[in-house]
Amino acid sequence: MVLAVVGMAFLVLPLAGLLVRAPWSTMPERLAEPQVLEALRLSLVTATIATAVCLVLGVPLAWLLARVSFPGRRLVRALVTIPLVLPPVVGGVALLLVLGRRGLVGQWLESAFGISLPFTTAGVVVAEAFVAMPFLVISVEGALRAADLRYEEAAATLGASRWVVFRRVTMPLIAPGIVAGAVLCWARALGEFGATITFAGNFPGRTQTMPLAVYLALETEPDAAIVLSLLLLLVSVAILAGLRDRWVTSA
Amino acid sequence: MSESERDPGRGLPQLRAHLVVERPRFRLDIELAADAGQVIALLGPNGAGKTTALRALAGLTPLSGGHITLDGGALHTLPVERRPIGVVFQDYLLFPHLSALDNVAFGPRCQGASKHDARRTAGAWLERVGLAEHAADRPRQLSGGQAQRVALARALAVEPRLLLLDEPLAALDAHTRLEIRSRLRRHLGDFDGATILVTHDPLDAMVLADHLVVIENGAVVQQGPPAEVARRPRTDYVARLVGLNLYRGVADEQQVTVGDVIFSVTERIHGPVFIAFPPSAVALFRTRPDGTPRNLWQARIEGIERHGDNVRVHLEGPITAAADITPAAVADLDLTAGQQVWAAVKATETHAYPA
Amino acid sequence: MLRRLTRWAVAAPVALALVSGLSACGSDEPGTSASASPAASSASSSALTVFAAASLTETFTELGKTFEAANPGVKVTFNFGSSATLAQQITQGAPADVFAAASPATMKTVTDASMAAAPTTFVRNKLEIAVPPDNPAKVDELKDLTDSKVKVALCAEQVPCGAAAIKALDAAGLKVTPVTLEQDVKATLTKVELGEVDAALVYKTDVLSAGGKVTGIDFPEADKAINDYPIAPLTKAPAPDLAKKFVDLVLSQQGKDVLVKAGFEAA
Repeated sequence: MVLAVVGMAFLVLPLAGLLVRAPWSTMPERLAEPQVLEALRLSLVTATIATAVCLVLGVPLAWLLARVSFPGRRLVRALVTIPLVLPPVVGGVALLLVLGRRGLVGQWLESAFGISLPFTTAGVVVAEAFVAMPFLVISVEGALRAADLRYEEAAATLGASRWVVFRRVTMPLIAPGIVAGAVLCWARALGEFGATITFAGNFPGRTQTMPLAVYLALETEPDAAIVLSLLLLLVSVAILAGLRDRWVTSA
Repeated sequence: MSESERDPGRGLPQLRAHLVVERPRFRLDIELAADAGQVIALLGPNGAGKTTALRALAGLTPLSGGHITLDGGALHTLPVERRPIGVVFQDYLLFPHLSALDNVAFGPRCQGASKHDARRTAGAWLERVGLAEHAADRPRQLSGGQAQRVALARALAVEPRLLLLDEPLAALDAHTRLEIRSRLRRHLGDFDGATILVTHDPLDAMVLADHLVVIENGAVVQQGPPAEVARRPRTDYVARLVGLNLYRGVADEQQVTVGDVIFSVTERIHGPVFIAFPPSAVALFRTRPDGTPRNLWQARIEGIERHGDNVRVHLEGPITAAADITPAAVADLDLTAGQQVWAAVKATETHAYPA
Repeated sequence: MLRRLTRWAVAAPVALALVSGLSACGSDEPGTSASASPAASSASSSALTVFAAASLTETFTELGKTFEAANPGVKVTFNFGSSATLAQQITQGAPADVFAAASPATMKTVTDASMAAAPTTFVRNKLEIAVPPDNPAKVDELKDLTDSKVKVALCAEQVPCGAAAIKALDAAGLKVTPVTLEQDVKATLTKVELGEVDAALVYKTDVLSAGGKVTGIDFPEADKAINDYPIAPLTKAPAPDLAKKFVDLVLSQQGKDVLVKAGFEAA
């Protein structure tokens, strides 16, 4: 009980600190700055797209890890968690080495398709997806492992192909796990800083997300940083609370 | 192989299967045949391989050997989803996220029906199992018996040629079971494909099936029409199931020797035989009764328990036997465990048949 | 007891920043990761804590060793980081002895808070155009950066090298549209080292410290944006004598030699 309260305080007190130190009098004009809204919009858009990318790629990967036994599966599972333990800045450098202009894949992307990811909004999405995907994969894999395989067998006896089984039975059964994973993934993408600034750089309106704006504001105007942090916190909490009502309670 | 009880005139059996499944320390190797409209019950103790056989027929467990043909075509080469089968699983496995109607419509949808047509088919099936008003219910809102009927409707809605039922009544309470059993019997009567029913309950098997196949340790130990199996058990398991005392002996004319005990029987028979008689045919005496020494042996009471309206007395001695006597007789004879008694069987109630 | 409290007061906003989503902001500069420890070891008078701009990492580390050799028993601890962050930590009460900033503006926030008096400019740093060794965009003067086909990285205007870059470009009357505004000079340099950009404006010292991985190109307009590095002992220094001695070392000929060798210009 005491530990629970301490744990709660540990999580909530920093927020209280932000609230106490917030420059309330200048708040409206600070929020009205076009760069702030631009950064917020960019953050929400990129985090959402990154989550979508993670869903499209991560759910099949989780399925593979949970359901298909292949040599080296344990190794792959360990590799999937790399972005979790890798300092995000290092992750950003790694992305540059692979997808950068002179990177292993990036070089080819540029010469073949004229696509260059660094310093673009797409690059922000790539960085966020890279860092956030493990949250989705681990969560969905857990749900898949917990799901009763016999429902899938029942579906097969009714004539459902593998894909139909996955879409109409497996997915709905693990929906709570997918939603939880997507929420974690989105939250992580929204707060992403290190990999984003390293891989995608920082340019207002194109790659400057809220955390980047907060960090740079901290260099010169700590008050502005607090305002931006509060705004990011408020918007993300509002969205997550909304999702929670819509999904978690109805599931 | 079996002869069809319902329709002996038909040609090739609709289902003909030789199922071999090998696992570490277990081997299933059985042959099955079923005509159209026939219900085969796979009966056996836990771990005998009944469910494995059913899963092999469904394609959920791969065959290590053997074959399955249905309507003359190979079935074992088809993947699960292409087999014309319907399966009712032991705990039904209704999809929890779909309504009863959509559970039943799932199969027709997979077979390519439009959403509308699939739902119409499903509605008709729910109507047939008497659950039209529960169409919109989620599985967790249904009672056990209702869920079983939805599961049956779901399995039949794909118009299978082979219906597989895994302990379809095991999850129900005694009262519901009675009602659902008779409903199930009616639906199975209407079904024109072959049905394989897995059960460990002899009553379900007797009521629902035309033909029993008894499996023990992965092999068929006895098969035949229910009445035949009930009258002439060939293993201790079957004898226990049908409630008979069963012994192996040697016959010479109307006399069968089982160890030290000699039985008089009505059949004229020679060589190795089974001899069976019901516990109710055994009479107990405190002192040796007069008359012939046949059909009589001295036994020790191992245990006494209630058995329906009667009392079942477990006897040890030259042969192990159960005797059913009235509570009044127990009181008259003052029977207690450990006592020595004399046991006798009427010759007319014994039944001997070749082993 | 009081000191203990002030230490907590410093730690709190730092922890706060970490929790509020900035946890990833550690840069890859050597030395910055040690930022938490100096506060803890400065209590005894045989310890000296120096807060210094990240661009001084190599030179000050060397001078620190010199200082330790000349003052047996003294342990010098550095906290290298962005000048603005360091200035904030100092004004929040971080127990530092010396502050060496990469811009007069950041030093001003400290002197304004009466935490330091009389700073001295000890070196100057000049901007250079940094390009990859093969110089793929064939950059050789500042004007080349205005070409829209040339990918340019600049420091964000909030950090000294960014402010200097804007000053230099304004002085030249040029308008450059960078692809990125990096959070510090080392990050800017990394983009050049990896070849992600064709050119960047960074300090000459950074080009030198990168070894052969980037090539520096001098440009005349850099003289209009020379960056002064001020140093000052702090008024609340736990070890004021050592602080003064260290500042003297930096200002001495020996100190200048080390700094000039690294690409700084003598003040």
